Amino acid sequence: MEFMGYRRADGTVGTRNYVGILSAVVCVNEVVENIVRQVQGTARFTHHQGCCQTPLDIGKVNHALIGLGRNPNLHSVIVVSLGCESTDLAGVIAGIQASGKRVEHLVVQEIGGATRTAAEGILLAQEMVREASLQQREPFPISELVMGMKCGSSDTTSGLVPNPAIGVASDLLVAAGGVSILGEVTEFIGAEHILARHAVNETVAQGIISLVDRMEKRAMAVGEDIRGGQPTGGNIKGGLTTIEEKSLGAIAKAGTAPIQAVYEYGVRPTVRGLVVMDSPGREPEILTGLAAAGANVIAFATGRGAPQGFPFVPVLKITGSRTAAEKMSDHIDMNLSGVIEGTDTIPDAGQRILEELVRIASGGMTKAEISGYSNAMDIYMWGPVI
Amino acid sequence: MIVDAISLRPSDNVATAVQDLVPGQVAMVRLDRDLHQLVINEEIPYGHKFAVRFIPKGEEILKYGEVIGRATVDIQSGCHAHVQNIESLRGRGDLQKEG
Repeated sequence: MEFMGYRRADGTVGTRNYVGILSAVVCVNEVVENIVRQVQGTARFTHHQGCCQTPLDIGKVNHALIGLGRNPNLHSVIVVSLGCESTDLAGVIAGIQASGKRVEHLVVQEIGGATRTAAEGILLAQEMVREASLQQREPFPISELVMGMKCGSSDTTSGLVPNPAIGVASDLLVAAGGVSILGEVTEFIGAEHILARHAVNETVAQGIISLVDRMEKRAMAVGEDIRGGQPTGGNIKGGLTTIEEKSLGAIAKAGTAPIQAVYEYGVRPTVRGLVVMDSPGREPEILTGLAAAGANVIAFATGRGAPQGFPFVPVLKITGSRTAAEKMSDHIDMNLSGVIEGTDTIPDAGQRILEELVRIASGGMTKAEISGYSNAMDIYMWGPVI
Repeated sequence: MIVDAISLRPSDNVATAVQDLVPGQVAMVRLDRDLHQLVINEEIPYGHKFAVRFIPKGEEILKYGEVIGRATVDIQSGCHAHVQNIESLRGRGDLQKEG
């Protein structure tokens, strides 16, 4: 199977061809928004970080911005800086440039205010979009797809239909030589021992256990026990019996392929196949983490209907609930309720998810892209705001 | 034709109801592309599980092909499988068999 993508200098393949406008710090989000509003063919990444944070977290901001800038769905990049932020602007620029991309930057305090910077940025972005628009799509094997996986606003149907169907699609993609990234470490809790058994070796198994352990300890450090009280009273009423069962429903997205490696948040996989990446379950942070890790498509299972996409990575929304598909029709791309109604099966639905991902990768637009519902993004932080 | 329940792996000894099921009903249970018939012996609400075969006390409960807990009493085929007859094997300080 092939898709039509954009060749990048570092050997990766984009499914989109935007000029990325990235905020180096929260204080310049307005400038970035102004540029993106005025120039077709750009995509933003705004967030709330980059200053008054621990050195560890600033390192995470730098790393995430480099990963996002290098994402193959960006043809070239403008980084907008205030001038006094903690983010390492030179390091971020150099990190993105290492991929062979054109990277420009604008410093608001040097140019002289948000208005002049936006004007300069608009003119620069117009020129960069003209350059980007000349690049043509070319055929690539689906082994060049890097699929991020996520479930959100889940209900009883999530663990029964869309998650196992995404698992089938992930297995097919992995068999074809592609990469599939499982995040949401909080969802592993209670089933991490089971997930660890799917690891390719003992080191990877230990890595999975450690990620969960670390996330639990960080929750405990602020006086919260995230394992306690699971499954919740509402879960039990809905039919979930044990924490193992609840977690397995979410992990079903990973299918049956062996887990090849474990990565920190936003780190680009260097192996093919199924990998695990540290991330929380909340959408702004996990979608950002998957994009920073180089995901060029994201499969997103939902039970009640979750609207969020990502500014420059297509996010395919998949449900097993007819109610969600009909009530949230401006957000749901694939309705798999036929599995419950007897007209469809999980293996067939999984195959169709992969086919739909190929169409989306080749330029077909997702509902989240069409509606532009993708701007409330953020970078996953550990420490306090100071 | 409506599917009454979904079973996710051939090894699973429970299936999940996707309709409200009543005693005496012959439920259509979907496993991948196959459909099986099973007599229901208790009320099974939407989203809840039932045994697809006799599960003796102490046997592991399998869903997604994985262990989600253990039967605390015998569970008859077609009967409700939930917190009243299944216990978790995780987060149990009284058990020394985690991992």
